[in-house]
Amino acid sequence: MKPLLDVKRLGVRFPTRTGTIEAVRGISFTLGRERLGIVGESGSGKSQTGRAIMGLTPANAEVSADRLEFDGIDLMKAPPRLRRDLRGKRIAMILQDPKYSLNPVMTIGRQIVEALRAHEAVGKAQARERALAMLEAVQIRDVNRVYDLYPHEVSGGMGQRAMIAMMLIAGPQLLIADEPTSALDVTVQLDILRILDRLVGESGMGLIFISHDLRLVSSFCDRVIVMYAGKIVEELPAAELARARHPYTRGLLDCMPRIGEQRHPLPVLDRKPEWAL
Amino acid sequence: MSTTAQTRREWLLSDRPQSRLQAKLGRAYVTWRRFSGNGLALVGLGIIVALVLVAIFADLIAPYSPTIGDLKNARLLPPSATHWFGTDDLGRDIFSRIVHGSRLTLFVVILVAVIAAPIGLLVGTVAGYAGGWIDAVLMRVTDIFLAFPKLILALAFVAALGPGIENAVIAIAITSWPPYARIARAETLTVRNSDYIAAVRLMGASPMRIVLRHIMPLCLSSLIVRVTLDMAGIILTAAGLGFLGLGAQPPLPEWGAMIASGRRFILDQWWVAGMPGIAILVVSLGFNLLGDGLRDALDPRSGEQ
Amino acid sequence: MSVSETRTGAGRRRAPASVYASAALRFLGVVVVTYLGLLAVTFFIGRVIPIDPVLAIVGDRAPASVIAQARKEYGLDLPLYEQFVLYVKNALTGNFGRSVLSTNPVMADIARVFPATIELATLGTIIGAAVGVPLGVLAAVKRGSLVDQIVRVIGLVGYSVPIFWLGLIALLVFYARLGWTEGPGRIGIAYEFTFTPITGFYLLDAVLQRDWGAFRDIFGHIILPAALLGYFSLAYISRMTRSFMLAELSQEYIVAARAKGLSESRIIWLHALRNAAVPLVTVIALSYAGLLEGSVLTETVFAWPGLGLYITNSLQNADMNAVLGGTIVIGSVFIGINLLSDALYRMLDPRTRTR
Repeated sequence: MKPLLDVKRLGVRFPTRTGTIEAVRGISFTLGRERLGIVGESGSGKSQTGRAIMGLTPANAEVSADRLEFDGIDLMKAPPRLRRDLRGKRIAMILQDPKYSLNPVMTIGRQIVEALRAHEAVGKAQARERALAMLEAVQIRDVNRVYDLYPHEVSGGMGQRAMIAMMLIAGPQLLIADEPTSALDVTVQLDILRILDRLVGESGMGLIFISHDLRLVSSFCDRVIVMYAGKIVEELPAAELARARHPYTRGLLDCMPRIGEQRHPLPVLDRKPEWAL
Repeated sequence: MSTTAQTRREWLLSDRPQSRLQAKLGRAYVTWRRFSGNGLALVGLGIIVALVLVAIFADLIAPYSPTIGDLKNARLLPPSATHWFGTDDLGRDIFSRIVHGSRLTLFVVILVAVIAAPIGLLVGTVAGYAGGWIDAVLMRVTDIFLAFPKLILALAFVAALGPGIENAVIAIAITSWPPYARIARAETLTVRNSDYIAAVRLMGASPMRIVLRHIMPLCLSSLIVRVTLDMAGIILTAAGLGFLGLGAQPPLPEWGAMIASGRRFILDQWWVAGMPGIAILVVSLGFNLLGDGLRDALDPRSGEQ
Repeated sequence: MSVSETRTGAGRRRAPASVYASAALRFLGVVVVTYLGLLAVTFFIGRVIPIDPVLAIVGDRAPASVIAQARKEYGLDLPLYEQFVLYVKNALTGNFGRSVLSTNPVMADIARVFPATIELATLGTIIGAAVGVPLGVLAAVKRGSLVDQIVRVIGLVGYSVPIFWLGLIALLVFYARLGWTEGPGRIGIAYEFTFTPITGFYLLDAVLQRDWGAFRDIFGHIILPAALLGYFSLAYISRMTRSFMLAELSQEYIVAARAKGLSESRIIWLHALRNAAVPLVTVIALSYAGLLEGSVLTETVFAWPGLGLYITNSLQNADMNAVLGGTIVIGSVFIGINLLSDALYRMLDPRTRTR
């Protein structure tokens, strides 16, 4: 069976006055209807990988790939119009912080309805019904009230639920979640993950979960890719994380404190230039 | 040759300067490089340098007298090889008048800057450093002045003081200090609680000394940028007052007053009013370009993204 | 979170009345202080700076009896602070004294000429905003392109050119040489004596009376000075629009809007511009206030019978009451516009409604 997403030698470059910055340097992976975690520090190129798949790289960036296929569609050759139709409808993305990623001067309901009506010809009343149902699906209780609120009037957890509702309302087959819980309180993080978990499981969509938190990713995903300086240094099933071989992955794992453990001195993350080669 | 230049550059750009002088020169060099990378800013600088040179050497540059014309033979002549910008209704050479007028323009600009900038700096730093009710009162006064229509207020001042270029300068200065106070206060607030100010205070420096020696110098660069950007506005206001007959009085070759006197001939002898207007436009443009360039070079953050 | 608790169940945003009341009170306080400041400064200009304020008021050709009467009328024999109290009282009731030039009460003169200035400045601002905002948006979207360069040059020249000079050149080119517009003044001789003003806004009056010939003539007169003022406000508005739009377009919610698959035009004109509109309202209001004041020079060039021309005429005749009255009226309008822009800001930005 063909994979949902097939990436071969994807690269993202930013030409600047002082030289070209290579954010992503020839990474390859495939994705079925499964959950793939991409882990790395900030600047490792994980977010740019997600944005390149969405077609949302900044205008000044260059994207190259031997293959970038979504459900048999060659994204590299797809006209902008087609890519726009894919966005939101078939591939969606959840951003990090609802405080910034929701439009501050539009009500939450309107932003959700807008996402739906960009892709489906539905009437106003029906769109509202669907949006309310979607808000219920992300476990918001008082949906009629939240529908009319502005983003600044809700908590971070509530905002991220609204974000998820907005991105899933058109029923995408692939969801890219870019650090969806990093900006939230720890107690809320679990709620959001549970909601994501259920919705992804129910609809059987593919998920790319981008995070800097290796343990979180490994508990949530089927497979994990570890990125360093724009390259994949290790790829392994989440269950076999303990058997990771690459020193960078090991380093990331060792950064995590464990209860009842005495560590002196604290381990420092090793970064060897040769890994970036 | 290239190696010495290379090493001098390295010395300037060193991230471990050996002396204060080296650090200062290094910073100046970086600022200059940023500034000179901007072509339009260099054009602006060129215009202003030219203005200053023309003002200094006006007597040498101007081929004719700016005030005494040839009424018999040279009235309202169009631009030609003998009179580059033509002549006015009193037979005076317009080019010579514009050349001499540059002195008046510089005089106004410099004097307004010298009066308004220190007032703004003082009010802003004192308000920002003192805080409390002093801050509240000073800023209230500043806001009141900011809420006024500047040109109208300047007009009213000149009406009370009487027309004349000195009074025009005073009127413009009185109406243009409030933005400087705002800027100085904002800068002061950002450094007021920093550790090195606390250290100076612990060493027993008086509030006066702290404001004068440690806070004011930090406000200078943003103030200079703002003043440069305002220069064009000052020139335009002064010219406007001159145009209304409230600034420099005849026979002084003030550019705004020259436009006013050329107004009657605009339909047939366009150059009489046209040439001084171009002079004003070029000089204001120069200050605007220079100010933009300075802003980008001294404070890359405030540049448009 | 506590914010949502204050909301009523129906979901309509309504803060407790006391919040509005205290904000309004603080606001009122600012207005009162600013207005008093305005009066204090004009008082200083009119009564303190002149060596003999009476001469400044009645002019130095007035007979002795007039001088004595004026001295009494304005309380100039009283101590300064009592004079000021009287001055404030008079100003609040719109009593700015009589104009030497017209011998009318200054307030009556101003009421007669002000509509002309408002009409001109309003049309100028409409032109400036209608052209300036789209230009600024285009410059931001196509940053570094030819459009961006053109907008930059338009802005720079607008900041650098003397408005009265450009007005003269415009008259020379568009009226004298090309004949596209009418000349100076507000209305042509053909209509001057048949046209009856109702509101004082001639364009509106012509429409009300369905006098299309007069309308065309009036429009021909107003279009050149209005376009000129429009250019100045355009220079400012387009530049500010550009920088606000650049700030908005780099926000995360724009990425989210793209991720939803919205069209680029919807993202730019609805999402980004709607956010940029919040500070833009202030900019447009400020430029409107600036045009009211800039009309002093424009009206002189175009012989436009508005407040600006009234003030300059009074200035040249040392008619101090008229000058101060005009200054106070324009200053009050300034303060009023600031108030209005603040209220609009609150309306446009939902974030300021809570608190």
